[in-house]
Amino acid sequence: MSGTYLGMPSFPRAARDAVQDVTLRANLRHATHTIRDKRAKAVAELEDWARLREAGKQIKNHTLRHLDRYLEQLEASVTAAGGTVHWAADAAEANRIVADLVKATGQNEVVKVKSMATQEIGLNEALEAEGIAAYETDLAELIVQLGHDRPSHILVPAIHRNRGEIRDIFRKEMGSWGRAAPEGLTEAPADLAEAARLHLREKFLRAKVGVSGANFMVAETGTIVVFESEGNGRMCLTLPETLISVVGIEKVVPTWRDLEVFLQTLPRSSTAERMNPYTSMWTGTADADGPGTFHLVLLDNGRTDSLADEVGRQALRCIRCSACLNVCPVYERAGGHAYGSVYPGPIGAILSPQLRGIQSEIDASLPYASSLCGACYEVCPVAIDIPEVLVHLREKVADQGGKGHRVERAAIKAAGWVLDHPAALAAGEKAAARTRRLHPRTLPGAGPWTAARELPELPAQSFRDWWKKNRTNGKKNRT
Amino acid sequence: MRVALFVTCVNDAVYPATGIATVRLLERLGVEVDFPAGQTCCGQPQYNTGYRRETEPLVRRTAQAFQGYEYVVTPSGSCAAMVREHYPKFGETALPARTYELTEFLVDVLGVTDVGAFFPHTVTYHPTCHGLRALGLGDRPRRLLEAVKGLELRELPVAEECCGFGGTFAVKNADVSAAMGQDKARNALATGADVLCAVDNSCLMHIGGILRRQDAPQRALHIADILACTEEEPLP
Repeated sequence: MSGTYLGMPSFPRAARDAVQDVTLRANLRHATHTIRDKRAKAVAELEDWARLREAGKQIKNHTLRHLDRYLEQLEASVTAAGGTVHWAADAAEANRIVADLVKATGQNEVVKVKSMATQEIGLNEALEAEGIAAYETDLAELIVQLGHDRPSHILVPAIHRNRGEIRDIFRKEMGSWGRAAPEGLTEAPADLAEAARLHLREKFLRAKVGVSGANFMVAETGTIVVFESEGNGRMCLTLPETLISVVGIEKVVPTWRDLEVFLQTLPRSSTAERMNPYTSMWTGTADADGPGTFHLVLLDNGRTDSLADEVGRQALRCIRCSACLNVCPVYERAGGHAYGSVYPGPIGAILSPQLRGIQSEIDASLPYASSLCGACYEVCPVAIDIPEVLVHLREKVADQGGKGHRVERAAIKAAGWVLDHPAALAAGEKAAARTRRLHPRTLPGAGPWTAARELPELPAQSFRDWWKKNRTNGKKNRT
Repeated sequence: MRVALFVTCVNDAVYPATGIATVRLLERLGVEVDFPAGQTCCGQPQYNTGYRRETEPLVRRTAQAFQGYEYVVTPSGSCAAMVREHYPKFGETALPARTYELTEFLVDVLGVTDVGAFFPHTVTYHPTCHGLRALGLGDRPRRLLEAVKGLELRELPVAEECCGFGGTFAVKNADVSAAMGQDKARNALATGADVLCAVDNSCLMHIGGILRRQDAPQRALHIADILACTEEEPLP
């Protein structure tokens, strides 16, 4: 993934500042609670939601099992329709391919429709290094780009910003990127949207190259599909002469008909809409309409490694709806940036360590960035058992050893011995009860715990001892 | 009817009153209770932290300890969920089918919602994640509480959100955990209830610890502690 995120501190340290940022927490609470309540209503409208969820899961599982076959079919279909397919093993290769394709057009700027895959590989930074300017056109991505910021949510990248902050960014930054913000710009949503529209229109009309991702790719027809809400994506997909789409290999579905499931589950899960406002589909090129040149860059970047993991591979079912972010209490407090990846929240906590490996501090900490409450699994429209994958990845991190985990394993082993010897456990409980008046209110090692909470006072006797004194199995003793 | 009490390690060492209350409650309802002394810990903290190999012997020990009992009852939603959800992954399938969380056992097996309790206080109920989502307890605990004489139940805002305990999560991600717990405590206090109650003492240890740190006028109590109370035998 992008070099931008290299050297991120572990999740707990990155989250610490966010937890104390009152504005950020208020922004996130307001936004996530609004979306989650709307989503619950939109989902409740469908009587067959459980079956749609199961169908989505099965379609994805089937496709992943035969991924090689469907990707080859896709390549043949795209080629037959007049497009060109490129295969990229990793971020560097994908960036190289896109940069070369842009240079071949003689252009030095591109317009972009919001895309997680190009964020993942750090395409904008890679293009910038080659002297090519990449302009984000999704409203929230524009806010992030103008604010020299990072996205903090899959679907609402500027979720951490409120209207006042957005107005300030527009006023300060728009002028140096193109058309400046109108005089006296207020924080009214309509004014902010109009400022963005004027700023972006200039870019759409000038651009010769567009760059997109995709929500789905249909193997049988070679059709690429983008769901979006604003129409900016459609501008990027239809106005330029050259269109380059960078898409993760897991986004393929076998047939056009498979889309019927996701056309229902994705909008409701992501934006709580019955149908997303813009669904753009394109198949290769057509003489009279749209870009005359189409390139599809198929991105692996760790996906086949994840596919090899029996438990972890279910993360590749993800359709990036971000419902799991909006219900996650940890995401709500920590914010998206703490996850050190373009994929934040519960899905990011299982996807990033799989795509990037668990060697870095941030990736080794992500599987623990969850209380395992299960809310994410409950809302996932393709039934990814995120808690199961988190625990599975924790096993890998613990096995890898390293900072803290050797000591932890030793402690768990020692506790394990006691727990396998009830007499030793009972003796330990007795000793602890006898010395309870001497226990300090804050324990060494329990520092993080006692910073915010009182430790419970140990009782005078354990349950085990009470039972011995007051009951023998099945009978009350005389008390 | 004879049942085995799976008291859980946290209750055994830190909250024996909940174990005692469970025994009193079940006996009052005519159930004969055994406490198999070979039980220790179900292995949940080890398993959830990523120590599968270290969990294995505890799964075997727990299954061994409760062999031969038709019903195993535990006053802990998360330990019941550990047995039910994860023991099959260790090849242990007999125990999960016989293990019941306390409120589940009362409502589904004994078929009672009015357990004859008396508790003249205002109470708000926090549905813990394992009770709510892993076990699907639904409204069982609430029905039991609503049938308690003298008890007034108050709605907890944002009730279904995790309190932030999460076992070792509370230590590994202490800041986020505390923030979640403080929000939960704030919502609980907003109800004005005397007591916050749940089916899991580990969550209550966390929320209750925050309440006590704030010197808040609200006590955290396990549902068994409430259901065991009668006019003759009030809260000890």
